[in-house]
Amino acid sequence: MQIDNDRFREEINKELSSQTRPTITVLSSLLAIQDKFGYIPELAIDVIAQYTEHTINEVWGVASFYPNFRFTKPGENMLEICWGPTCHLAGSSKILNDIQEALGLDGEGETINNKFTLKYNTCLGACSQAPVISINHDFIGNSTSESVLEKLSKIDPKL
Amino acid sequence: MLHYTDLKELANDKWLELNSGNKPWIRVGTAICGKAAGADYVLDKLKIVLSELNIDYIIDEVGCLGICFAEPLVDITLENGRRVFYKNVSVDDINTIIDDSIVENKFNHSSLLGILTSNVDNNAIGENDLPDLNELPGIKYQKKIALSNAGNVSPFDLYHYVSQGGYLALNKAVNHMTPDEVIKEVSDSGLRGRGGAAFPTGFKWSFLVKSDNPSKYVLCNCEEGDPGAYNDKGILESDPFKLLEGLTIAGYATRSSNGIVFIRHGHDGPIDRMENAIKRAYDEGLLGKNIFDSGFDFDVEISLTGESYVAGEESALMESIEGKRSQPRFRPPFPAQFGVWGKPSNINNVKTLTYVPDIISNGSNWFANIGVQGNKEKKIQGSTGTAIVCLSGNIKFPGLYEVPMGLSLRDVIYKIGGGTASGKELKVLQTGGPLGGVLDSNSLDIHLDFDEMKSAGAILGSGGIIVGDIETCVVDLTRVLVAFCQYESCGKCFPCRLGMEQILEITERMVKCESSEYDLELIKNVGQNMEKASLCGHGQLGYGPIRSALKYFESDFKSHIIDKKCPTGSCVQPMISPKNTRPYGILQINKGGE
Ligand SMILES: Cc1cc2nc3c(=O)[nH]c(=O)nc-3n(C[C@H](O)[C@H](O)[C@H](O)COP(=O)(O)O)c2cc1C
Ligand code: FES
Repeated sequence: MQIDNDRFREEINKELSSQTRPTITVLSSLLAIQDKFGYIPELAIDVIAQYTEHTINEVWGVASFYPNFRFTKPGENMLEICWGPTCHLAGSSKILNDIQEALGLDGEGETINNKFTLKYNTCLGACSQAPVISINHDFIGNSTSESVLEKLSKIDPKL
Repeated sequence: MLHYTDLKELANDKWLELNSGNKPWIRVGTAICGKAAGADYVLDKLKIVLSELNIDYIIDEVGCLGICFAEPLVDITLENGRRVFYKNVSVDDINTIIDDSIVENKFNHSSLLGILTSNVDNNAIGENDLPDLNELPGIKYQKKIALSNAGNVSPFDLYHYVSQGGYLALNKAVNHMTPDEVIKEVSDSGLRGRGGAAFPTGFKWSFLVKSDNPSKYVLCNCEEGDPGAYNDKGILESDPFKLLEGLTIAGYATRSSNGIVFIRHGHDGPIDRMENAIKRAYDEGLLGKNIFDSGFDFDVEISLTGESYVAGEESALMESIEGKRSQPRFRPPFPAQFGVWGKPSNINNVKTLTYVPDIISNGSNWFANIGVQGNKEKKIQGSTGTAIVCLSGNIKFPGLYEVPMGLSLRDVIYKIGGGTASGKELKVLQTGGPLGGVLDSNSLDIHLDFDEMKSAGAILGSGGIIVGDIETCVVDLTRVLVAFCQYESCGKCFPCRLGMEQILEITERMVKCESSEYDLELIKNVGQNMEKASLCGHGQLGYGPIRSALKYFESDFKSHIIDKKCPTGSCVQPMISPKNTRPYGILQINKGGE
């Protein structure tokens, strides 16, 4: 267990020291870890605190602020659906409802089989193609419930 | 290190070669709008098909030409300099498009959008019957300054940018003008900030000059959290060098040492293209030490923030750059005295800085004569230059249009946008983002002008215009805007944190028709308190959309409250907004999970 932890710590440290931008902060370190692991493992808080010479509380303070951070492993695929006003007018709330129902969710979170994490997005930035969703950061515009479901069922045929 | 003239010569050669048509030059729009329409797949397929056909070609990813509705857009330059555009291209069209253009020169494909023939003699076969791209409303009414290269040049290639006049202005500024002359030029142009508050840019820069601290910062704000706005990201994806040149000139004018481009994490397109632009500029000595042999040193880096709308607020942005929670600071001290890392700082929006190179190259008069002129005697500032409008929602031709200030909303919506997509009557325009406002169909004669829009109760803000037709319920739309503001409240000051929660509850009650007339009093009361007592613009402006909605669409509210029904029947779906405003999974961890 200790060895596992040490190895993990080393892995986190390696990630932190491979940041390429000149200014390294608590936030940049958290973003790097989130990018690497898809979430912030509890151990990383401690490692980042040491690496950036901040207290654990300070690191928690930043990590608990930005909603793109998460502290548990995400599902295998990330599905983001935009609920911004443009997408809303274009019918995104219907898509959200239909997809949540199909995935057996009643809000953001992971499906039971852990195939998907559903996340709401305030604006994916492709409003001219509303309604917009993204699957694993691949943007898809002009979506309908049917077209999203079709894409999802390619990943999880049981849908 | 290169001299400007050497650089320009190299770039011109490269540009001429591209346009010579020795090989077909294919450009595919892969800004966010293109990607969302499937441009990546089109790009891959093009490469495959062209190789199969043994055609020698050059292919470039470009940004957005403005006509997002036509994405994925494929633009092919042929031997005679003729440029052929195909719209809404799907992977299945690629073979026939290559036949139509490169192989057979037929130009009668069903996806043909238009042709640019400026380099071609008019006798070319059938030329007159071909649709001229410049006659397309989405192109014709644009007046491109900040976006002049967008969709035309590769955002990855510095030489493309230089061939189109890039870096002329920086060379002129650092070698032929004093910093004060640069500031005067920008002041005289009448340029006002495009980040929301429309503050005069030259005047803002002059605050920073007063400090002789050797380390000073100019910050470029590309947080762009406003839903319905994508012009800042559009600039970064289409022409990052122009922004970088503007930022460098701002650095010179304010005698600053460092520049930071501030972008939201996760917007990979803008981030990667900006990162590459900075790297290329360093390679060519356009950043770093002794730029253009002038003795001026300037460093630029990118800083990423997490998801947070308030991070776009100037002091919160500085906190975020320092790696902290993006919560606003108390002021004074103001950024020009105590900014990022405690150093004097200046902050501008992406669009604001992107205008600067052209103002320096062409002179302040040129810019001041575009748009709405000011009048010093009458103390009218005017709105000079262009507005970069993101037209989305229920609109036939959504896009990213750069048009002269002073154009009426009617022209924007009907001439450029083609009216509603549904063909039904227009009802509502939501402008300036979730802190902006709404306007009704009687407001269409209002012009794109900071002051005129503001006095109408909406703002031009970042340039987003979201259109809704007669079936739109304004109470429902207001609820979404409020839900956004509540979700994004940073929580530092209680008027905003609690106020947003209250007005969200009230608007949700209204949508559900469970509200009483007393709620109208209550929402006004809470909103006005937020305006007075909040720490930053988020809380101060958050009531704006509600106020304007009540002003223009009182009957929508009344019918929910008194008649207990939605006049359009369009707000029946379960209301959806995030349940967690803070990171998710944090509860599990506190309970000792994972
Ligand atoms: C809540 C809030 C969010 C903001 N978001 C942005 C933003 O995303 N981009 C931006 O340029 N300005 C934003 N602003 C305005 C900035 O604080 C600042 O005024 C602006 O960047 C100054 O640039 P300018 O002088 O070029 O307009 C925001 C302001 C507030 C109060
Ligand atoms: S509002 Fe959905 S992508 Fe912008």
